[in-house]
Amino acid sequence: MSNFLNLRHNVLPGFRLSFGITLFWLALIVLLPFAALLYSTAGMGWDNFLSTVSSERVLLSLRLSFLTAGLAAVINLVFGFLVAWVLVRYPFPGKRLVDALVDLPFALPTAVAGIALTSLYAPNGWVGQFLAPLGIKVAFTPLGIIVALTFIGLPFVVRTVQPVLEDLEKELEEAATCLGASRWDIFRRVIFPAALPSLITGGTMAFARATGEYGSVIFIAGNIPMVSEIAPLIIVSKLDQFDQQGATAVALVMLGISFVFLLLINLIQRWASRRHGAGH
Amino acid sequence: MADLTTESRPVRYALTGIALVFLFLFLLLPLISVFWEALQKGWALYLSALTEPDALSAIKLTLISAVIAVPLNLVFGVAAAWAISRFEFRGKSLLITLIDLPFAVSPVVAGLMFILLFGANTVAGGWLQDHGLQVIFAVPGIVLATVFVTFPFVARELIPLMQSQGADEEQAAIVLGASGWQTFRKVTLPKIKWGLLYGVILTNARAMGEFGAVSVVSGHIRGETNTIPLHVEILYNEYNFVGAFACASLLALLALVTLLVKSMVEWNLQRQQQASTLRTAEARLQAQAAQP
Repeated sequence: MSNFLNLRHNVLPGFRLSFGITLFWLALIVLLPFAALLYSTAGMGWDNFLSTVSSERVLLSLRLSFLTAGLAAVINLVFGFLVAWVLVRYPFPGKRLVDALVDLPFALPTAVAGIALTSLYAPNGWVGQFLAPLGIKVAFTPLGIIVALTFIGLPFVVRTVQPVLEDLEKELEEAATCLGASRWDIFRRVIFPAALPSLITGGTMAFARATGEYGSVIFIAGNIPMVSEIAPLIIVSKLDQFDQQGATAVALVMLGISFVFLLLINLIQRWASRRHGAGH
Repeated sequence: MADLTTESRPVRYALTGIALVFLFLFLLLPLISVFWEALQKGWALYLSALTEPDALSAIKLTLISAVIAVPLNLVFGVAAAWAISRFEFRGKSLLITLIDLPFAVSPVVAGLMFILLFGANTVAGGWLQDHGLQVIFAVPGIVLATVFVTFPFVARELIPLMQSQGADEEQAAIVLGASGWQTFRKVTLPKIKWGLLYGVILTNARAMGEFGAVSVVSGHIRGETNTIPLHVEILYNEYNFVGAFACASLLALLALVTLLVKSMVEWNLQRQQQASTLRTAEARLQAQAAQP
């Protein structure tokens, strides 16, 4: 096995054991279920697959999922960058507490986030009561989905951009200032280009997570077919009707799209590290 | 001299203000509202919502699945991090990608995969059912789904940490005659304990809070296959808001503890790093002083 793996000589023991455990657990928990998915796809037939995926209700749900995930990602790019910037650059009281709070969406179960946001944005909720007179309905509309997905995605952007901003060399900004550049020029020409790769990575991660999100969305969405029904919910309702093939078809389309995004993240990271390396 | 690399005071205040208002509206307010709604009708109702039989059985099931899933993924995570960070072998980046796979999959799709694998009408599921083990719509399925969604956490936390620490100290221990286990227990474990703790606490938070994947495989049998998040959903859909938010507040408390531990871990890691840079610098100075 060590020949096949091209294992380099090392005085440390435990490779066989640790590699064995890793491979065994990976095969059992991750690879086997994926194999089951592929196996049942193979038995489905192309026509069956196509007719399921191209039904209007499925197409609309896919469009809704990706559209709301995209809009939430854009909101998170703007506010995530702002939060990261403020946390890195400006002193204010309670900063450590605020910094810890940013990770809340990672730690709070999605169902809890879902019911909390719904109660806030319902027409009689703490926030909803101020929006209702303006004619803005959030809960039980696609707007509510965007709110939930913004909540879920925020830490992805902040936590990828923050370390990059921390590592920025102040000398560059000082030099630019001495050469007569305004703060806005420096932001546009020095800071933003340096942070851009991390913004793209964080935004893509938030987007990818949001497309598959279920728990926080189903409470606030209202789940009206063709209007506020997301793609993961289509899978669940197909399963409830014992339509495993239909559920599998929709799942495949979603998986395909998220793999494209995973690939994209990898390419961006490679491109960014190359660019970063060239700068030195 | 004024700092050349910062904005004017009004700009600073305005940006900080916008960021804080955004965080208040999107993060803090939902958190506060959970406890507010839970305690709205008083402590008596809150406590009775938590102690009714269905809630207790949901709490029990949540604890069971976490107690099984967390240690399993802990062992796996340490093994994976040891193999990946301490050895060079072909296919390593593929292995890392595969470990990350559960993060890229919608929880609902994860649940679906286990139904396709172990459902009553599948080969494996049928065989297991004939031998008296029901997986889907039963506890084993819930545990499997939980293990799947929490699979990468410990490994993800440990791999970069152990890679950055390097293997010099372990190699020294081995060369000096320590056994593999001794090296791991006395050299590696103290170095990675904070990262390990954080990985475990994240795994636990996700294991207890997972909704989508568990919801698909659970079958929602009250008092039998409901975890706390699923119980929250049922109560909420029955308009029992106090009950729903009471159970949700347990999970929100768990989230707060998770954040607290995370902050502690980060602080300790920082201190550890500073101490080790300091030691290196001191050693270098002493070495220089010793030179004639």
